[in-house]
Amino acid sequence: MSDLNEVQPVQPVSRWSDAFKKMATSQVLTSILAIVVALVLGAILIAAADGDVQRSWGYLFSRPGDFFSALGGSVGSAYSALFQGAVFNISSSYTVGQFFAPLTKTIAYSVPLIFAGLALGMGFRAGLFNIGAQGQIILGATLCGYLGFTLNLPAGIHLVICLLGAFIGGALWGFIPGILKAKTGANEVIVTIMLNSIAIFLLGWLLTLQAFRSPGSNMPVSPRMAPTAQFPHFFGTTIDLGFVLAILAAILVWWIMERSTLGFRIRAVGENPDAARTAGMNVSMSYVWVMIIAGGLAGLAATSQLLSSPAQQLNIDIASTFGFDAITVALLGRSKPLGTVLAGLLFGGLRAGGYLMQSSTGTPIDIILVLQSVIVLLIAAPPLVRAIFRLPDPERERKAEARAHARAAKKEVAAS
Amino acid sequence: MSLMNTQPDLDHELEHEVLRPRSWKMPVALTIFTLVALAGFCLTVDSGVESKVAIVTGNSLIGTINLVLPSFSALLVFTVAMAALAGISWWATATRTVKIGGVRIGSWVGILFGTFFVSAFLLWAVAGRGVALQFTSLLSGALFLSIPLIFGAMAGTVCERVGVINVSIEGQLLAGAFLAAVLGAITQNPWIGLLAAPIAGALIGLLLALFAVRYWVDHIIVGVVLNVLVGGLTSYLFSTVLTRNPDVFAMSVKLPIWKIPILSEIPVLGPVLFAQSVLVYIMYLAVIILQIMLFKSKWGLRLRSCGEHPRAADTVGIKVNRTRVVNTILGGAIAGLGGAYFTLANGLAFGKHMSGGRGYIALAAMILGGWKPKGALVAALLFGFADNLQNSLGVVGVEVPSQFMLMAPYLVTIFAVAGLVGRVHPPAMEGKPYKG
Repeated sequence: MSDLNEVQPVQPVSRWSDAFKKMATSQVLTSILAIVVALVLGAILIAAADGDVQRSWGYLFSRPGDFFSALGGSVGSAYSALFQGAVFNISSSYTVGQFFAPLTKTIAYSVPLIFAGLALGMGFRAGLFNIGAQGQIILGATLCGYLGFTLNLPAGIHLVICLLGAFIGGALWGFIPGILKAKTGANEVIVTIMLNSIAIFLLGWLLTLQAFRSPGSNMPVSPRMAPTAQFPHFFGTTIDLGFVLAILAAILVWWIMERSTLGFRIRAVGENPDAARTAGMNVSMSYVWVMIIAGGLAGLAATSQLLSSPAQQLNIDIASTFGFDAITVALLGRSKPLGTVLAGLLFGGLRAGGYLMQSSTGTPIDIILVLQSVIVLLIAAPPLVRAIFRLPDPERERKAEARAHARAAKKEVAAS
Repeated sequence: MSLMNTQPDLDHELEHEVLRPRSWKMPVALTIFTLVALAGFCLTVDSGVESKVAIVTGNSLIGTINLVLPSFSALLVFTVAMAALAGISWWATATRTVKIGGVRIGSWVGILFGTFFVSAFLLWAVAGRGVALQFTSLLSGALFLSIPLIFGAMAGTVCERVGVINVSIEGQLLAGAFLAAVLGAITQNPWIGLLAAPIAGALIGLLLALFAVRYWVDHIIVGVVLNVLVGGLTSYLFSTVLTRNPDVFAMSVKLPIWKIPILSEIPVLGPVLFAQSVLVYIMYLAVIILQIMLFKSKWGLRLRSCGEHPRAADTVGIKVNRTRVVNTILGGAIAGLGGAYFTLANGLAFGKHMSGGRGYIALAAMILGGWKPKGALVAALLFGFADNLQNSLGVVGVEVPSQFMLMAPYLVTIFAVAGLVGRVHPPAMEGKPYKG
């Protein structure tokens, strides 16, 4: 009888410790801790580049107070500017609109990141490493822009046509690596990297043509977008239809991936292409479809650049670095729609806050890149985060438990 | 009994000659390109127009050769030569001939055809121009521009052969360029900068190995993110530390250009190959050493076994993960050395994101070169040549849309990986963590 009791798993000491253990091993905690580590590293960089901190470091031991106040001052002011630029502005709280103006800016910055992040996330889940969002955005912008400044249409229809153009442009650029992967097995990483560069040169060439050149300008920029092809704005803020479309796109992607047959196929192919093929699925066509949809979504990311504010022009920097930033967004969001939206908002906020931080405290916005990359690296390597914070390893605990079971079972066998 | 009966049958069947499958891609492609040359170059030049080419031989006895060729006749000669090569390709495919005199037909026909096609293009582009095409500087400039690509491709080859996909070549180049410039400027000594460059690259290689080998993070993810990290970090330090102390860091140092005494007197080849920056000579050494060591030495065999079949390597006592870590760091160091090109070899101070995507092109060169140092060298030179082509033609005043010329190597790479040039095989187990 006593042996039988030993077979029972180790009793949890209390519900609280069980809950704590679950929390300590959860993905959410890993994500939060990764952000903490990134902010600490960022603080070190800010402090190291600050003149006051450097000076007070010289006499650290005679007057340590100076050093720590300089340290706190430089890091504190930079991060508070970052926060105020991204979430809300504490100092100018005259109206609700002004108070939340930074938040609306964050949302505006997050729109292209969400679109492109959703696109890349879909690819990742199909086992495709699509680095081509940059090129897909450029092609989407090219077509969207061309339709925007040449056509003369009533307001609503023009906008829809431009959106379609952005989708088709991106989808076309996504189709190429998709079909090459499907038909020839060409490595999509290389093809998409190449297509990114080709897209830049293609747009550069188009901008030298008369059809794409702003009349009377020597600069390689296009004519201005027609006012009929603009997103309607909400409540006089910078939030516009683009954000709503991004959210709708996230919901649509969720539905495709989780509820539709196509999504099931895509996930199956991503998990194990050989098994999917054996089960009778058309792996090649799945690749093509994923790349078409993902390319189209990435193309839509261009719309926030062209259709959000009035009279935008197509230029060579139209895609900024959204395509590459979106890789980190998709990774941080673990390729899931909800995660991607949240990650897009976080990185959009970092960008919005980064500009305020740069202008008000002189901390270069480049530090945002460091924060982003550290966050993504750490989230990709949970064991490293656990090692930094000395958290329990769920894998090891499970193994230890299994060993205890086995030992108990062996004892039981020996006893009988 | 049954065994006795089947034996003669088997022997009989084995007597049949096994025919290799024929692929008509090559002759078809060559024929198309010959037609392009005929219609696009030969038939579009005006009669009586001349193409001028200046060849600086670098030899004091011969001096500079100024060629003035009648454009149409010269183009016709090249086109006929291309047609002949296409014919050879048709014949070789039809008769299943693979080698003539021990050399693969596919390789030399392809290389000769490419050379003729590019030559025809150049003669066509400069036809009727008053200014001569500077042939020697076209080649020497191409070699110089391909330095970072070659170092990057070597780094990629070492890493991928050992089983670690190195997308962070871009970051390693940038880190090398940064540290080389900073230490070079502080000490005012380019040689100390040259020593620092591989250290910076190796540090990024170490990070790549840590995440890819120790924590099993997807190699491409680590690579991409490390590129972002290095880009952000160097830009941040540039905007803060470097720009605030311009009296120290705006000063740049430059690696000397060495003329190798006798070799630089060889006509044409001398000024192209042997009157270059020191970094070019280091590059020659790196390519030769890697080509030999990877395929002929114990180190190379062990390295490749970790990329092809890590379990087998483990079984014979090779420490797979240690080998991977060490050689990923080595690869990072090679790429970092290539980063010295941007600052030390050009004599420039550091600038934000100055590697400008060359790391990704190096990655493409490595794949195009079939994961071999020799092949990667040729591919990287091709990219460098295309890069320099627009400089040289710009001097002559040719108005070929430069964007299309810049696009060409990328298009070639896509065609290559899509299988037109022939399948290239990556190491079997690259990018797969070994959890032995």
